[in-house]
Amino acid sequence: MTASSTKPATRDTDRRSRRDARHDALFRRVLLFCALLVLAALLGAALSTLWGGREVLLKDGFNFLTRSDWNPVTDTYGALAPIFGTLVTAIIAIVLAVPVSFGIALFLTEIAPSWMRGPVATAIELLAAIPSIIYGMWGLFVFVPFMSTVEPYLSSTLGKLPVVGALFQGPPLGLGILTAGIVLAVMILPFIASVMREVFRTVPARLKESAYALGSTTWEVVWDIVLPYTRSAVIGGIFLGLGRALGETMAVTFVLGNSYNITSSLLMPGTSIASSIANEFNEAVGLHRSALIALGFLLFVVTFVVLLIARLMLRRLERREGS
Amino acid sequence: MAINIYTRRSAANILAMLLGGIATVIGLVFLAWILWVTLKNGFSALNLNLFTKITAYGSDGGLANAIVGSVGMDLLALLICAPIGVMAGTYLAEYATRSKLGATIRFLNDILLSAPSIVLGLFVYVIIVVPMSNMTNGAVSFSGLAGSIALALIGLPVIVRTTDEMLQLVPGTLREAALSLGIPQWKLTVQVLIRAATSGILTGVLLALARLAGETAPLLFTAFGNNFMTYSPLAKTASLPVAIYQYTNDPSPAMHAIAWAGALLITLFVLTLSLLTRLFFARKKVSYE
Repeated sequence: MTASSTKPATRDTDRRSRRDARHDALFRRVLLFCALLVLAALLGAALSTLWGGREVLLKDGFNFLTRSDWNPVTDTYGALAPIFGTLVTAIIAIVLAVPVSFGIALFLTEIAPSWMRGPVATAIELLAAIPSIIYGMWGLFVFVPFMSTVEPYLSSTLGKLPVVGALFQGPPLGLGILTAGIVLAVMILPFIASVMREVFRTVPARLKESAYALGSTTWEVVWDIVLPYTRSAVIGGIFLGLGRALGETMAVTFVLGNSYNITSSLLMPGTSIASSIANEFNEAVGLHRSALIALGFLLFVVTFVVLLIARLMLRRLERREGS
Repeated sequence: MAINIYTRRSAANILAMLLGGIATVIGLVFLAWILWVTLKNGFSALNLNLFTKITAYGSDGGLANAIVGSVGMDLLALLICAPIGVMAGTYLAEYATRSKLGATIRFLNDILLSAPSIVLGLFVYVIIVVPMSNMTNGAVSFSGLAGSIALALIGLPVIVRTTDEMLQLVPGTLREAALSLGIPQWKLTVQVLIRAATSGILTGVLLALARLAGETAPLLFTAFGNNFMTYSPLAKTASLPVAIYQYTNDPSPAMHAIAWAGALLITLFVLTLSLLTRLFFARKKVSYE
């Protein structure tokens, strides 16, 4: 504010705004770099597991996926048994968890009095917060003995039926594919239920009220109005649960039994991709380790595709909401 | 006939409501069952040895080194993923709300959120553990640092997402007011927006901690495990989840008791943290409405 003319002042603001622009560009670049790290993590996980599994993939190629023998002694590795176990346990989990989750979402959005909704929803979501190792311990020490008392009844009733009977044969070990499927079902239940609950709440009240005004019962409103309106997001939620079930490790490792047999009975022990890796990785060397990393690559690709479908389905509802 | 169809419809309705209630009870029964078993077995096995003795003593020992290892690795993981996650989330919210790149990153971040943690462990094994071991001729292989990086990968998407969402909740008028005073974008972001969203971002960090504290699978082949106390990030490091995993695999009931005590510690920590953040978050949402 001395006697100086305006010229140095403009030069000063000029310099300052140029400095600000420089800082802004730098700031933006640093942030962009961090955001790109998210992409790098996903891409890196895929590429590094592919690289780690190259030995076995180069040696066996597609046979790796179709052979069922897994034998570290003879150094031959076929991934069919873990793939089979992963898919079957995940399918059991989905079959059991979807109706229960739907029931919970129905209860929380339509049936329960409003004071009950918050606490019950929080309790169900706490199931998702329990660490998976706790599910594993509970599964091994509590649920497996429980299942071994239930399984004889399953064999003597369902096991006598003509077609599905084959699924319930064998000794009542408690361990096995069915038990793992049930534990997984409990684990993914809160995820599916909370997606369903959230999307059910997006249904416009006017739509539901119109149906009620025409004399619909609550069940008819849910089945004929709410469910069709939210169909894609509900499917998205189910796929989200499926993605979780496929990749879950600790909850199933203890209760699956770690056996490389492909059997038709759900009561028999089996293995899954994640539990094979967890059980064997630290003792494995050479080709064995490479085969386990290749299994990890496989798991990543499958879950990526499942989660991709899930997110795309979920996004469709969001878009409609916005319009 | 007319009565028939009404009775049928209302019977179907009652049945559906009943099944909905039963489904909820099933969910709550499993929660109560798991929590009750953990609390019962955990509290009966709780004693001072857990916090003073290390795992090398086996069934006469405790979990001191595993607790120290877990706390250290969890904190280091947060130190790695919190700044990166907050910056990435800020990019998404402030620079990429409309851009295609932003949409892609946001989408893939959601996938990373539910990606199998065991694969992230393998990823860190291949890019950190193996090269470190090759460079040092096997002197450094599995390490607490590698474990922390694996855990950071699990916490990262949680923080990115909450930061992104919280910044988008900050009213646009705040941005306009600050920009109209002529401050540069970076100053606006750091001094106004992040500050306005601090409690939300903190919630995200705590949620990430709750999530990564219970993780076992990625630690198996990154931090490995250790029967002795270690404070070096380059040494093999014990952790509570991995110790529980090993003790559960052991046939001896005395080891199982210690595993339950460890399980109790983790469960209480994680559940308290997620309940607290939920309360915090609920209050936060109300204040914005």
